[in-house]
Amino acid sequence: MKYISNTPEEQEKMLSDIGVEEITDLFSAIPDNIKLDKPLELPEPISELEMMNLVNERASRNTDLTEADSYLGAGAYDHYIPSIIDHMVLRSEFYTAYTPYQAELSQGTLQAIYEYQSMIAELTGMGIANASLLDGGSAVGEAVIMALRHTRLNKVIMPKSIHPSYREIARTYGGPHDAKFDEIELSGSLTDLDQLEESLDDQTAAVIIQYPNFYGSVEDMKKLSEMIEKQKKTLFIVVANPIALGMLTPPGEFGADIVIGEGQPLGNGVNYGGPYLGYMAIKDDRRLLRQMPGRLVGKTEDVEGQEGFVMTMQTREQHIRREKATSNICTNESLNALMATIYMATMGKKGIEEVAYQSFNKTRYLKGRLEGISGLEVVNGDNHFHEIWVKTEKPAAEVFSELYDKCILAGVDLSQFGEEEGLLICVTEKKTREDLDKFVTAMEVAINE
Amino acid sequence: MNEPLIKDFSTPGRKGYSLPDLDVESVDPKASLPEGTVRDEAPDLPEVSEVDVVRHFTSLSEMNYGVDSGIYPLGSCTMKYNPKINEDVARIPGLANIHPFQPVNEVQGSLSMLYDLKRYLAEISGMDEVTIQPASGAHGEYVGLMIIRKYFETRGEKRHKVIVPDSAHGTNPATATMAGYEAVEIESNERGMVDLDSLREALDDDVAALMLTNPNTLGIFEQDICEIADMVHDAGGLLYYDGANMNAILSYARPGDMNFDVMHFNLHKTFSTPHGGGGPGSGPVGVKRFLTPHLPKPFLTKKDDDYFWDYDRPDSMGRVHAFYGNYGVMLRAFTYIRGHGSSGLKEITENAVLNANYLKAKLKNDYELPFSADSLHEFVLSGSKQKAKGVTTLNIAKRLLDYDQYAPTIYFPLIVKESMMIEPTETENLRSLDRFIETLETISREIDEDPEMVKNAPHTTVVRKLDEAKAARNPDLRW
Repeated sequence: MKYISNTPEEQEKMLSDIGVEEITDLFSAIPDNIKLDKPLELPEPISELEMMNLVNERASRNTDLTEADSYLGAGAYDHYIPSIIDHMVLRSEFYTAYTPYQAELSQGTLQAIYEYQSMIAELTGMGIANASLLDGGSAVGEAVIMALRHTRLNKVIMPKSIHPSYREIARTYGGPHDAKFDEIELSGSLTDLDQLEESLDDQTAAVIIQYPNFYGSVEDMKKLSEMIEKQKKTLFIVVANPIALGMLTPPGEFGADIVIGEGQPLGNGVNYGGPYLGYMAIKDDRRLLRQMPGRLVGKTEDVEGQEGFVMTMQTREQHIRREKATSNICTNESLNALMATIYMATMGKKGIEEVAYQSFNKTRYLKGRLEGISGLEVVNGDNHFHEIWVKTEKPAAEVFSELYDKCILAGVDLSQFGEEEGLLICVTEKKTREDLDKFVTAMEVAINE
Repeated sequence: MNEPLIKDFSTPGRKGYSLPDLDVESVDPKASLPEGTVRDEAPDLPEVSEVDVVRHFTSLSEMNYGVDSGIYPLGSCTMKYNPKINEDVARIPGLANIHPFQPVNEVQGSLSMLYDLKRYLAEISGMDEVTIQPASGAHGEYVGLMIIRKYFETRGEKRHKVIVPDSAHGTNPATATMAGYEAVEIESNERGMVDLDSLREALDDDVAALMLTNPNTLGIFEQDICEIADMVHDAGGLLYYDGANMNAILSYARPGDMNFDVMHFNLHKTFSTPHGGGGPGSGPVGVKRFLTPHLPKPFLTKKDDDYFWDYDRPDSMGRVHAFYGNYGVMLRAFTYIRGHGSSGLKEITENAVLNANYLKAKLKNDYELPFSADSLHEFVLSGSKQKAKGVTTLNIAKRLLDYDQYAPTIYFPLIVKESMMIEPTETENLRSLDRFIETLETISREIDEDPEMVKNAPHTTVVRKLDEAKAARNPDLRW
């Protein structure tokens, strides 16, 4: 494959205009002792046709989600994606553009980001949203160091009801800044709020709550909000699933200071974990805004008074502030944010609500039917959104493998995170009653065998 | 010709989606969720039709400019053509529609591609091992410095400083801070390279690393690189390579052979994956063997012919992404490298360097060339001659837009006044380079003849020059 269009004759002309004889002369600045004197050991070049055969063969070694009935979630959710999303992002004026440094030739990207910021702020009930972060996990890391900077404190309450990988990322990001994490234990499928209350003091920089939490349950946000409010300095950070916010009260109404999360459920495919997008929204607070990482797009006007959009508040960012920047983030997940924007626009007010309620109701249906199986416990009870934590007498790995033989991916085996046992089962609007009934039957067989 | 906001198309009751009817009982969540956690009113998102959405985003795309529209000479951004086959590969259902928690035996095809990509990157760079977890270049820098941090921690050494040249990209010092280091800046010499005396002065046993881009942001190859590496290593520090400018050296030189210890790649620059208007990118990190234990978790490896994720890595620097990184971007880079092979990569670099030197040879008449040293894939001009006539580099950049061409990176690197950093990449042809040259020559003439007109540019774009000061003073960040 080749994408160079200079012909040998054109190359000759260019070399002569430059004043050298051969292309290799242009590399004379590289000292001989480090100049590579042999070809790289890579496979031989191939044509487009051969490439498609090669990658199709690799793809055939995978089992994709059209070939299996998947109940996997745990941070990557398989929702319906309207057909128009891919058609629109394939408009190459979007996907082959760079960061909108020249605003006048980038109004499309800039306006789309402004719309994205607006809809994320609306969904979360917050004042301001940024243009995206790298993924939901790194957004947690960014939020932690933002809270440390803002409060000048270093204790962070981070319950075990938060995604284990997000916690690992938070510990990584917090490490060099002396963050001290208090990882509150679970009580059932919820955070032990007594332990949390005991730990919460005037040295606490932030309390992080996942909403719904990693195990699928919804925490008592009112109570949490009242507890955190008592500590003047402490920031309330909520990690929210944006689809759940079609049904759940926005974190802004509970006094959240920073809301972050994984934006993938908004019109982005599961894609083996990436590219996804992290989102971040904050209170409308100038002091907090100055600490916010990532790009922001603002509305302004041109010299003729016509409305237009620019990147703004850039003095927070690395290319201006260098070592004093709020983060090193430069490239974000702009195209994924565009997909989320088109998703939110297409689904709209009613659609996002319907996706949330269908996911919830179908999860409730499955939960009700599973509870009829002896030797199986749903830890959440009726407190769930679209994931439930199921404990079985038989080891989860065995249950998983028996359903797997029937082409059902029964859920995420929690033992891999080294803290809890069981399966985390996710149901989205894509499932039918028939799918769920089949799942129950297979589960009955697996457990009673 | 403003396009209204999507919310302005909204009409109550209009729908742009369809879902199957709910086929199970509907339950009121308020009965079982904690008090106050169920919202009374759906979020106020637009209510629009599918046609509304399609026309709106089509209009927005028409107000945008991508590599497919024309030359995109942003220095250090490597805006090369993004092959269409990359997009096809990333969308093959068998590759795209897989879940990160599927058992590894179900995704061996994908893991084999990721593993091959790692081996290709290791070979191209002369490094021993590669992690694919970082999702962008800056994320890669962060992982790289955290690997270095972990290395010193396991050796029981405490070092607090990271040296960056004054020509470095802003992410370098910002990353140093995020990784808990103090960034120390050193000056470039009159040839635009690292000043060895400044470096010597800055080096001591408190320095963890030197971060370097080679060729640097002026497009100039740091010829003293071997001596620099020895100096840093002798002081007990490590050498970090910022891979932003890798397009200049493919098949010609390798950071590993220059004695760098850690580096990141920008798959969205060197390896042709699209920038998406600011992402997604992907920033894999390569290391020398002795740093392998400190790579992030999980680590992709294989036993016999089975690929798997290794989580048992006690000396790892930790984790920076919830899953495995920007997989979809890696599929595109795999396709690009596999399709080109060694000879193809060499041609890429040769033509990138040829194109840049051709532009430089032609443009240095009208614009000042502040550093005359040989440059590779990019070069930096100064608009100082034009500034003397009252027209700034910003004005020149905006005037370029009137000719429907994107502007170079401007006011960077910081060490050049009124700088224009130009990187055409190998995929521009002679015709488009000549057009760019002619346009800049025309603008230079216009500055003599009608400077006010240039100062008021752009004139033909969908909006004229936008008031950035107003945007920052009164932030309007949402509807």
